Amino acid sequence: MSDQDKREVDEISGVETTGHEWDGIKELNNPLPRWWLWTFYATIVWSIGYTIAYPAWPLVNSATQGVLGYSSRAELHREVEQVQLSRSDQTAQLASLDLNEVLADDALRNFAIAGGAAAYRVNCSQCHGTGAQGAEGFPNLNDDNWIWGGTIEDLHHTIAHGVRDHADFDTRISEMPAFAGVMTRREIAETAAFVASLSREPENPDLVEAGAEHFEVYCAACHGFNGEGERLLGAPSLNNPIWLYGGSEAEIAAQIAQPRHGVMPGWADRLGDVTVRKLAVFVHSLGGGE
Amino acid sequence: MALMEKHKILEKNATLLLAGSFLVVTIGGIVEIAPLFYLENTIEKVEGMRPYTPLELAGRNIYIREGCYACHSQMIRPFRDEVERYGHYSLAAESMYDHPFQWGSKRTGPDLARVGGRYSNEWHVQHLIDPRSVVPESNMPSYGFLASTPLQLDAAGHLRANRAVGVPYDDEMIENASRDLLAQANPDADPSGLESRYPKVRVESFDGDPSRVTEMDALVAYLQMLGTLVDFSTYDENVGFR
Repeated sequence: MSDQDKREVDEISGVETTGHEWDGIKELNNPLPRWWLWTFYATIVWSIGYTIAYPAWPLVNSATQGVLGYSSRAELHREVEQVQLSRSDQTAQLASLDLNEVLADDALRNFAIAGGAAAYRVNCSQCHGTGAQGAEGFPNLNDDNWIWGGTIEDLHHTIAHGVRDHADFDTRISEMPAFAGVMTRREIAETAAFVASLSREPENPDLVEAGAEHFEVYCAACHGFNGEGERLLGAPSLNNPIWLYGGSEAEIAAQIAQPRHGVMPGWADRLGDVTVRKLAVFVHSLGGGE
Repeated sequence: MALMEKHKILEKNATLLLAGSFLVVTIGGIVEIAPLFYLENTIEKVEGMRPYTPLELAGRNIYIREGCYACHSQMIRPFRDEVERYGHYSLAAESMYDHPFQWGSKRTGPDLARVGGRYSNEWHVQHLIDPRSVVPESNMPSYGFLASTPLQLDAAGHLRANRAVGVPYDDEMIENASRDLLAQANPDADPSGLESRYPKVRVESFDGDPSRVTEMDALVAYLQMLGTLVDFSTYDENVGFR
């Protein structure tokens, strides 16, 4: 006997049953709302049109391309091209003008700073900090204390080719030797006291005098007789309270004995020259630009 | 309706229903997945891809072991915001030697598909030991123990296992695996054999201590090569449009 024949109207709800019965329990026949059902059918019809319009069905060697010829990569390409086109005038100027001329042109300078700030946050902030405040081993870019120079050309060269980036032929290289084997512990401590005394009261004033002599022999050739530094050699100035690896005498002594050398990748190949120029203008604008 | 009457047979036999469902899901799976293995346009022709060096492979194992993929994806999607932030969108060919791939979609941290060469080794070491010392706003855990854990790996065995699933390691690579593993982390070693077997390899003391090879060496070596192999100057953008 078919279930159809057992259909009846439930007394309490007034709804017809499906005719299914298990142990005296019957199932009410409440069908899906019509609008719901038709929406479901509509999605099926839509999907057919969709697979015709867009890339979908796999065939033997490739998949169907869809009549609209849509490609997410081509769309990206178009979008980027459009953005580049909208900035093409400024970009061309930025690429060809001398960087000092860029600084002199307010509109172009602002354009470069905006682009440089965006590129800075993505590529530079991880080491130099989101506020360009630096971290131990990574220089602060807001001050006017530059290791390799703070003119716009200097900054451009440093950003483009990096520091001690051995993959880049034009990179900035300085290599302070380790003095651990050359000087005794005592001599290193004395030198550290002298270096500290250049910018403040040293922790061990009685060591300073002897340290001055060692400094003249070992350090002055690069760092200058008064610790003023030499940018051509990438020798940092030591006569101010700005320290890359800490300014206590113990930290200075450690740096004399076994110097740590920071590495910055060159960005010209990765970002292209226009972005590097934007970055140079941005860093130059932070406060220490010369 | 007769068809509905027949359908009842399926509905009333649980085992038959299970077998039927499995059949339908299998067809769906085959249609969606199988074509990716044979369609010619799913993997681009690119120049520069090579299998991982033993040290990079060891680093990759550590990456997986530590669950880096839970917060970092390795898949730059073809959207403007992503390519401006991370670089060229990822190509399928760039994952061709990955078993398993590390694409992912969870980004608590940034995408790492092109992190190679972006920062110095010193930065990576300092960042892995104490992330907040360089990125104060980071919520990444510390992985300082990697710097004090000597790397232990049956390099040749790993290469052989990868070869079994299709990575083209040759006999010479497998034979020299342990030596290559040590040589890549030692700037004083002779890198000539290593460089001819694995072009573009970076030979450095990644953790700053050339006297021993640690897990830090391996992980940083892996991170420093990510996304750096493909030569995009020889890649024709338009062919890969899809």
